[in-house]
Amino acid sequence: MLGKLTLSAIPFDNPIIMGAVGISVLLALVVLGLITWYRKWGYLWSEWLTSVDHKRIGVMYIVLALIMLLRGFADAIMMRSQQMLAEGTSQGYLPPGHYDQIFSAHGTIMILFMAMPFLVGLWNVVVPQQIGARDVAYPFLNSASFWMTAMGAMLVMISLGVGEFSKAGWTGYPPLSELKFSPSTGVDYWIWAIQISGVGTLLTGINFMVTIVKMRAPGMTFMRMPVFVWTTLVTCVLIILSFPVLTVTLALLTLDRYLDMHFFTNAMGGNMMMYLNLFWIWGHPEVYIVILPAFGVFSEVVPTYSGKPLFGYKTMVYATAAIGLLSFSVWLHHFFTMGSNADVNSFFGITTMIIAVPTGVKIFNWLFTMYRGRVQLTAPIYWTLGFFSTFVIGGMTGVLHAVPAADFVLHNSLFLVGHFHNMLIGGVLFGFLAGYMHWFPKAFGFTLNEKWGKRAFWAWLVGFYMAFIPLYVLGFMGMPRRMEHYTDPAWQPWLFIAAVGALIILMGIVFLAVQLTVSIRDRHANLDLTGDPWNGRTLEWATASPPAVYNFPVTPIVDGLDAFWEMKRKGTAYRRPEQYQDIHMPRNTPAGFVLGVLAFVFGFAVIWHIWWLVVASALGMLITVADRSFNDDIEYVIPAAEVERTEDERRRRMEQAAQQPAAAGATPQPVQV
Amino acid sequence: MTAHAHTIDAAHAADQGPHDVQESRAFGFWLYILSDLILFSALFATFVVQMRSFAGGPTGKDLFDLGYVAGETLLLLLSSATYGLAVLAMQADRRTQVLRWLGVTFILGLGFILMEIHEFHHLIAEGNGPNRSGFLSAYFTLVGTHGTHVTFGLIWMAVLMLQVSIKGLSEPVQGRLLRLSVFWHFLDIVWIGVFSVVYLLGVMQ
Amino acid sequence: MRRNFVRTAGALLALSLVPLLSGCSDLLVLEPKGPIGEAERALILESFGLMLIVVVPVIALSILIPWRYRATNTKATYAPHWAHSNLIEAIVWLVPALIVGALGVLVWNSTHRLDPYKPIESNAPPLEVEAVSLDWKWLFIYPQLGIATLNQLVFPAKTPLTLRITSDTVMTAFFVPQLGSQIYAMAGMETKLNLEADKTGKYLGENTQYSGSGFSYMRFDGMATTKQDFDRWVEKVKRSPETLDQTRFAEIEKPSARVPVEHFSSVTPKLFESIIAKYMSMGGDKTMSMPAAGQDSGPGGMNMAIAGSEGDPDPGSNPAGTDATATSEPSHPATDHDATREEN
Repeated sequence: MLGKLTLSAIPFDNPIIMGAVGISVLLALVVLGLITWYRKWGYLWSEWLTSVDHKRIGVMYIVLALIMLLRGFADAIMMRSQQMLAEGTSQGYLPPGHYDQIFSAHGTIMILFMAMPFLVGLWNVVVPQQIGARDVAYPFLNSASFWMTAMGAMLVMISLGVGEFSKAGWTGYPPLSELKFSPSTGVDYWIWAIQISGVGTLLTGINFMVTIVKMRAPGMTFMRMPVFVWTTLVTCVLIILSFPVLTVTLALLTLDRYLDMHFFTNAMGGNMMMYLNLFWIWGHPEVYIVILPAFGVFSEVVPTYSGKPLFGYKTMVYATAAIGLLSFSVWLHHFFTMGSNADVNSFFGITTMIIAVPTGVKIFNWLFTMYRGRVQLTAPIYWTLGFFSTFVIGGMTGVLHAVPAADFVLHNSLFLVGHFHNMLIGGVLFGFLAGYMHWFPKAFGFTLNEKWGKRAFWAWLVGFYMAFIPLYVLGFMGMPRRMEHYTDPAWQPWLFIAAVGALIILMGIVFLAVQLTVSIRDRHANLDLTGDPWNGRTLEWATASPPAVYNFPVTPIVDGLDAFWEMKRKGTAYRRPEQYQDIHMPRNTPAGFVLGVLAFVFGFAVIWHIWWLVVASALGMLITVADRSFNDDIEYVIPAAEVERTEDERRRRMEQAAQQPAAAGATPQPVQV
Repeated sequence: MTAHAHTIDAAHAADQGPHDVQESRAFGFWLYILSDLILFSALFATFVVQMRSFAGGPTGKDLFDLGYVAGETLLLLLSSATYGLAVLAMQADRRTQVLRWLGVTFILGLGFILMEIHEFHHLIAEGNGPNRSGFLSAYFTLVGTHGTHVTFGLIWMAVLMLQVSIKGLSEPVQGRLLRLSVFWHFLDIVWIGVFSVVYLLGVMQ
Repeated sequence: MRRNFVRTAGALLALSLVPLLSGCSDLLVLEPKGPIGEAERALILESFGLMLIVVVPVIALSILIPWRYRATNTKATYAPHWAHSNLIEAIVWLVPALIVGALGVLVWNSTHRLDPYKPIESNAPPLEVEAVSLDWKWLFIYPQLGIATLNQLVFPAKTPLTLRITSDTVMTAFFVPQLGSQIYAMAGMETKLNLEADKTGKYLGENTQYSGSGFSYMRFDGMATTKQDFDRWVEKVKRSPETLDQTRFAEIEKPSARVPVEHFSSVTPKLFESIIAKYMSMGGDKTMSMPAAGQDSGPGGMNMAIAGSEGDPDPGSNPAGTDATATSEPSHPATDHDATREEN
């Protein structure tokens, strides 16, 4: 009736896990309780859970990302503390079976359930507005994509208390991930969480590509798009071309595990090397999928706070496209040590280095944007400055790894771990946090507290270096990654420093939480009444903060780069149109949420071999999709009169802002054009 | 005044009318087909890597019956032709003809699937299932994935036949019929690849 | 902000001095004891040096430019319409491209020179060792000497060490950081590694590819000795009461960790080949025993199954022969690694 699922799936005998489960359940109950107490279920359902509004969906994505950042970071702290303790006779506090789940979950969560939702969230909040559109091409698919991603994350979270998570690393190499060596449901949780969220990601890639190609405001040619839109477009191409390979890779592993097939098994014609090739043909583009949006953020943040247009717009576009293209030519550098001959290894080593050239060009272009500008040292700029050094060092260690013979002594060591964290934290996370602080007022109508934003930055920067420089040293000392215990006393002091660094990063996370709390508390003193708190250059700053559901009452006409800056310069930015029109908007629908929940049930049922439920939930998903397709009533009209009222209200707030003195400390003074 | 008129026109242009919606749906669907092509490419690559991994078991030459496969191919290719006729009928706004040709297409496609299920069943019953060797795993998965796609196509076709009979040939319904047509022809092209790489190359050793 | 900046910079600087205080001898990868490791260290330092040409100016600029052009510094030139310069573009594309070009040449040459499969030139004849990774220990077979050990790899210094490596479990990696390159060990396949130690000494050996719950304990002692000490050690091993026959090997195959060093005075002939063959025989999974299990394995049964690495396979007799080519070649299918596989 319940397949393999029994009460013994709950790890009652593991106090650490039960503690974590207890805390998670408690937090969830508190949140649910608060919603009930304040009678917000109706509001939550109709305004958020069933929303097809890209602005709402974007916020939900970022909320998911921040929650998963906490979970992934908890894993990190546990790893650092275990490694700090477990030398020689001390076994630390985490047995191998548990430690192995933690590092597997950490990687999986941070890349697929923190970085991906974060960037998709930023896309959703920003891109339609930046191109002068009212929504994305497929609002319903947008909602469904979000719920698929969220439910994938749910599966990872549930694995903590029901069964266990994978112990085969975030990469899941066979034969270790095959049924023979990983008989529990762990690898299955990993597979289905990724497969389900992968569907969401693929649909998002298609959605945003169509949006950008087909829905730009008139006059916005490709070469007049903001660079953030360009990076989104190229990233979408990468998603469409690479995610199907991941789907196939994990499907083949699934077939090995469920139907005794022999794609990657040790014997019977299986070929484990094929897994590494397939996995990394997705895996390498994936790291560009997470970094390109961060580059896009910097391309918006730097010009805005420098009071200058982006240096070298054209080359930025070409560099982005080049990076996208080249990202498919380097995958073998993830397994130079698998025994390929020298011709093959050299080829991929060289292609890997070539990619460093367009990346470097971007960095120079950002620096030359600031050159002869008036750089306001705001929190987003702090994150950008931290990015420069950290990412460049990461790039340097990356080029080191790209030399195959050097990689032969550095592969799978903590040096490698240092390298990719320099890129992922210094590049991806710093970029996303800069974007979060930059666009927060657009989404919520008030600015974030600058002071705490900067404190969070310093804690992250100092904590990062303290946590990861020792790892480079340890790599040279010969310490491999993923070790739960070791017997070299010389390694321990470095692991101690790294653990302290992790604690400082924890402070950084706490400061981010404080920033949010303080900002919400002080929101009335920090309202963004104009919609343009930073004297921005691109179209998203032309809308109200937060924007009306339709974004623009009248679609803007674009006649140059930095469209909004041009409009402000010419004085056409806030012209009241002579006549408003009715606006058609897509209706909210529960179908996306239902699809997500059914996908969760499907995943859970497959993992536990509850076959009747697998069939039922699959059928349910089919019916939901078919039913949606029969529904012709998917739009509603906002009458012109209502649009006029909303816009007049916005004008009143803008006039109010013009009369107020600027709030001290909270927002930087915009530089006058 | 010019600026004002400019703005109003733009508002209409950007506000997606029904025709724009169908056009953007078509474009998005082509992107989906591109992703599906990548999916099949990965399966083809896997098959090519494992096409000689017999693990002491049977080879393609031992197992494949080209006559039978030719029969399957005929059914599928014919079904593409009949779908084409359905689309022509759609463009001539002849609802009953559309339903008739879709029905024929459905039967031909179903015939293809039934033949494939029979083929798989036969192999498994003889102990040559996908768990016999890497080669057979790759074979069943590549051919089976194509068959699964065809099955979903049939389900979609049934749903659309229902929609055509209830709603007639409205613009959204026509858009869906056109997208299913792209999907159906795409599966034909993939089958030609399967036929060549799996069956033809398989028996030539 | 300035005070914070200086404080942090100072802290980071102090921190970076700590490595100088610790014994450099702990940095194994930077203190190699053999020609391969030395070449690889040189490579690391050379590449690092080349990259500093770009990295140092970039990091310097990333501090100087925002500082100088900060909004409160009204003395600095403000050029709000300047966003293009052909000269700068040329420099930022060309200089890194040239460096990448130089690195590319370095990559091509060094990768060929340091190919793990390439034998090391030496007057001394190479010592052959067959390494098998198990859960969670290493088995080392000395086919020329008929002995074997668990978790101890002893070899004479100044003598090339030719390793044939496979796995009897999941994917692992053989690595002695102070001697140089690591390489994956995979079941049903053979990888090769050529190393040499210039000096005698004890060297850390490990597995770097995570392989399950006992992974952290997959350490072994690598010991380079003088020629006489090596011969003495071989004598000692040959006096060991333990022998590595089928039964003993079946016991060793069972998962165990923290396995103490063990010596075997004799080994089943062709044990290494039979371990590989196990994964290529018909219908076999890991638990199925080899064709000649339970008996003293004659070479006959084994050779058929591993056709492809030894003589000509009997054409048409054993399809596993074609398997050997497909699955036992770890290198890119297009290029052949091992000359003996040419006939396939």
